[in-house]
Amino acid sequence: MKLSISSAAQVAEEWFNLLFTPLKASHYLELVNPLWNYRQLQARVESVWDETPDCRTMTLRPGKGWRRHRAGQHIRVGVEIAGMRHTRTYSISSPPERNDGCITITVKATPGGRVSHHLVRNVTPGSYLPIGLPQGDFVMPEAVPARALYITAGSGITPIMSMLRSMSANGALPDVYHMHFSPHAFNVIYGRELRQLATDHPRYKQKLIFTQAGDSSAAIVNHFTPAMTAEFCADWRDRDVWVCGPQALVDAVTVAWNEAGLASHIHVEQFHAALVAANTDVKGGRIRFKQSGREVEATGQTDLLRVAEDAGLNPAHGCRMGICHGCNAKVLSGQVRDVRTGKVTDCESGELVQICVFAPSGDVEIDL
Amino acid sequence: MSALKDRLTPDTLASFGREIDAIRDEVMASRGSSDARYIKNLIRTQRILAVAGRAAIFTCLIFLPDAYVGIPSWPAFWVLIACGTASLGIAKILENMELGHNIMHGQWDWMRDPDIQSSTWEWDNVCPAEQWKHSHNIVHHTWTNVIGKDNDIGYGVMRVFAEQKWHPYFLTQPLSNLMIALFFEWGVAVHDLEVYKILLGKKSLRETMPLARQILRKVLPQVSKDYLVYPLLAGPFFMPVLAANIIANLIRNLWTYMIIFCGHFPAGSNVFTAADVQGETRAQWYLRQLLGSCNIRGGKLFHILSGNLSYQIEHHLFPDMPSNRYQEVSPRVRAVAARYGLPYNSGSLIRQFGTTQLRILRQSWPSKPVNEDPGTTKPNHGLDAAS
Repeated sequence: MKLSISSAAQVAEEWFNLLFTPLKASHYLELVNPLWNYRQLQARVESVWDETPDCRTMTLRPGKGWRRHRAGQHIRVGVEIAGMRHTRTYSISSPPERNDGCITITVKATPGGRVSHHLVRNVTPGSYLPIGLPQGDFVMPEAVPARALYITAGSGITPIMSMLRSMSANGALPDVYHMHFSPHAFNVIYGRELRQLATDHPRYKQKLIFTQAGDSSAAIVNHFTPAMTAEFCADWRDRDVWVCGPQALVDAVTVAWNEAGLASHIHVEQFHAALVAANTDVKGGRIRFKQSGREVEATGQTDLLRVAEDAGLNPAHGCRMGICHGCNAKVLSGQVRDVRTGKVTDCESGELVQICVFAPSGDVEIDL
Repeated sequence: MSALKDRLTPDTLASFGREIDAIRDEVMASRGSSDARYIKNLIRTQRILAVAGRAAIFTCLIFLPDAYVGIPSWPAFWVLIACGTASLGIAKILENMELGHNIMHGQWDWMRDPDIQSSTWEWDNVCPAEQWKHSHNIVHHTWTNVIGKDNDIGYGVMRVFAEQKWHPYFLTQPLSNLMIALFFEWGVAVHDLEVYKILLGKKSLRETMPLARQILRKVLPQVSKDYLVYPLLAGPFFMPVLAANIIANLIRNLWTYMIIFCGHFPAGSNVFTAADVQGETRAQWYLRQLLGSCNIRGGKLFHILSGNLSYQIEHHLFPDMPSNRYQEVSPRVRAVAARYGLPYNSGSLIRQFGTTQLRILRQSWPSKPVNEDPGTTKPNHGLDAAS
């Protein structure tokens, strides 16, 4: 009987898992050290550092299963607030060359942002956060291009910082132009490090623009314009541009590059802003059923189960009154309103919802 | 039993429903970090108890005279194996009742923690979670105590209410009762098959085969774990390990049987017909849950070990409310029941379990339904056996 090493290992693993069924060994290992969680990646907060009054860098030690990131990539981070887990995406600001097993993320407390506020103010060293694997294609090509142009604003500098640190660690920054917008000179994130980089690497051309400074001589114009780019970087048409920042900046850059016929040069990184405040007005919208591809208009008065049935679908259901959770379905995007209480909740993508007692509030995409 | 349901005028009934709704809304809106801490600590405690139990069961082996270690001590052996078995049994009880049953009800879905979701939790017994969620969450909680619809009334093999039609077969039910008690997790495993319907010819064997295969896929690893793999690990000393695991499972079976049978069978519980529940409003559903469920009095530890099913009434009114909140909600529900002149069936474990056993014995013989007048509820008293 042929028994290869891998199949023998598989058999051994199956018998080993029987010791813990229906759980896995990981469930018990976690009791000793949360970082030994093989099923769900965790990270320990090793230290925190306040870059500015409202911006904090957290040094995280990822647990088992982590793989090295590429400069510019991001991770999903989960944080528990009042018992409930919220998930947001943050760029990794540390370079992949860092070899002490840690990464850093830099979080800015956005005004009205519940999760960012909690991360910046309440998460202490020694706590554990669930994280995802690094993702994203906002990266430099493997063979570093001869010329790149970075346009960043505020906390949008984080993925670029990873790139700059990476290139710096590998010797010298190549011919790179970097325009960074920041409100004031005194609260530029990584301010000191940026100035040091500019001093150490003559081929790294940096321009800091202060959007809220009064009549500072350094600020010629305060917000992005195509003319500003041309003046700063003469050969901007020949460069690939990486832009990361608020919606307005990304839009302005995209428009400018499209008009110049250079849409293929743009690399954008953007994370969804905090969702709109929930309103309790009954609001209809377009309901899209992902699996069947159907789309219907809904008034917002009827629960999603009936909307689906009226659209010709036959979703699983049970008591039809919000007791048994037999109708749980995944809402991929949008807001839903609990018809029992009137409360509107936004669904973080993939949230399971009892469709017999939830009506749509606005456009909704549902996995049915 | 319709006399009971007609006790409240439509307006009063609607008002009753609104009051129960208000309690629910208030508690659900106040779920927060202390609730999250509760369930996470409980999961942690349960897993530590399981590991400690298994470790003790293996450690005791070194005190056997035949063990090569050379420190024979029968007292040490017996103490360790007893503690280990008890710890493992309690771990299984906690996992099945306070964790598994409640998590699968969706009580903790609000946390958005992927480890504690009703959609993915698989519990430590031979019943597949999918089938349990169907037979319990959907069928039992929707059709609670409706004769002919709620499969939990007698579990297809016993007659526990006079309203069920008598048949000579039920004369054997004291034996079924004993078997169900000893092998409770197996009864739960096949519950969704509705075997009695297959035997009565109402369901074909063929249509239940997929469910049967699903059960087998759960049974094989569970049985292998406790009765094969762990004993084999002990080599020549497999016997104590095997016995300990059998007894731990037995402890869980007997305890869960006792608590669950006290949920709807004690004296004073009510059953309903399908006609009674036609067109049922939410308020009527609340009323049926109240009239058909029974609580057990006890201390805090008892409540946790019973998976808070000692608060059966509160659980049936609010199946997806985190179980740690039933205790605070119970006095409020009791007060509402008193104000509306409704019974609130609560008694000691001896009273509830005792009357349940008497019921099983009594209903194995022919009997006619008695139209009981439940009387009004006295403040601070449930429907005790004395009244």
